[in-house]
Amino acid sequence: MSWAFLRDLLSGVNKYSTGIGRIWVAVVFMFRLLVYVTAAENIWKYEHDEFECNIKQPGCENVCFDHFFPVSHIRLWALQLIMVSTPSLLVVFHVAYRENREKHHNQKLYRNPGKIDGGLLCTYLISLILKTGLEIVFLVLFYKLYNGFKIPRLVKCDIKPCPNTVDCYISKPTEKMIFLYFLVATSCLCIVLNLSELSYLIFKYSIKCYLKRYTKKQQ
Amino acid sequence: MDWGALHTILGGVNKHSTSIGKIWLTVLFIFRIMILVVAAERVWGDEQDDFVCNTLQPGCRNVCYDHFFPISHIRLWALQLIFVSTPALLVAMHVAYRRHEKKRQFRKGDQKCEYKDIEEIRKQRFRIEGSLWWTYTSSIFFRLIFEAVFMYAFYFMYDGFRMPRLMKCNAWPCPNTVDCFVSRPTEKTVFTIFMIAVSSICILLNVAELCYLLTKFFLRRSKKAGNSKQQPNHEDKEETKQNEMNELISDSCQNTVIGFSS
Repeated sequence: MSWAFLRDLLSGVNKYSTGIGRIWVAVVFMFRLLVYVTAAENIWKYEHDEFECNIKQPGCENVCFDHFFPVSHIRLWALQLIMVSTPSLLVVFHVAYRENREKHHNQKLYRNPGKIDGGLLCTYLISLILKTGLEIVFLVLFYKLYNGFKIPRLVKCDIKPCPNTVDCYISKPTEKMIFLYFLVATSCLCIVLNLSELSYLIFKYSIKCYLKRYTKKQQ
Repeated sequence: MDWGALHTILGGVNKHSTSIGKIWLTVLFIFRIMILVVAAERVWGDEQDDFVCNTLQPGCRNVCYDHFFPISHIRLWALQLIFVSTPALLVAMHVAYRRHEKKRQFRKGDQKCEYKDIEEIRKQRFRIEGSLWWTYTSSIFFRLIFEAVFMYAFYFMYDGFRMPRLMKCNAWPCPNTVDCFVSRPTEKTVFTIFMIAVSSICILLNVAELCYLLTKFFLRRSKKAGNSKQQPNHEDKEETKQNEMNELISDSCQNTVIGFSS
């Protein structure tokens, strides 16, 4: 069980997406998943070992690290990737439900089970709203947990058992900050893509509805 | 999800590339990605653990390491490879879009569609002309820009491509100017020069491919212009011939009519 599972899942979603949806999948693969696996994971690999405090008191380093990093950046990043990719499964499930229904009734109920119309359109819109919402939630979480997107070189810690205010040094703060900004930039790009896809679909289907009603009136 | 997935994605683009494009892809995978994963990552693996400063002051080593290596070579290369591979996705998307349109035409039963079945559409290789030419050329152009930007960033950040053995650091909390020693500097220099050399080869391949595509484009244009110029002369000759024949026929008709009447 690894990221390859998520990759296969998302490839399945690609089939039922619009053009903007496919661009979103490509951005998630190339700029988020691939960057995470090939580069970011290694930066945070030894963050605890390399976290150093100017004190010999046993336990002080552990306590200070836990205080400043309740949840590590890299774990939040991984959670964000998983949560943000999951709403797309709703669409896959709905299409599978449609196909199952056709099989059960042994007749063609839909012109094309994978086409985005009717109930599937609602599911698709809900998945887009959920994706955008989750992205924003995680960005706010990052901001609140770490007081902005900056990683300082030095943090001062005075929690027991540290005997006084102790200087603690974070490893590779600049590199971590660069990748954090990269994460924020790609998140924002994904939010923009989701919002444009949402507006495009709402606009397209309201025009369709309006035209249908107009031709009915004419008849 | 790793470099293997990138290989699967880009492998599809290979079919629709020019020969130079195929060579570029091979160089990318064998001499850059494979070297990065198999060798370079091991060399830089212990870079912070073995970065040693001549001081016992806690925190001095961390701060000095962060000062001299704002972003590690290995991460910069990984980002460079990802950014340089991304434009090829534009071509993959364009090809997928064209295939989708042809499949739609085929399903509608369009008589213009010259394919016998869907499998043929799936396996078909599109020629690089029309809008696909523009997509392909822009992807090469972006590739060149990304390569150049990353090479410059490398040079700018590390003051050249050499890894020094010793660095002098006096960032706080180091009590004075402290000697810090980098681990495996020679090996890192060798790999840095290798990766820069292969980057330059890739830039040359991209420039050659761009020139090849532009030359093909202009040759095709001049052929078309040449063909359209010849056609009017040809048409004039035909018209004059037809006119002569019409005159002969009308003359012979007149003669027969006169013959009958007399």
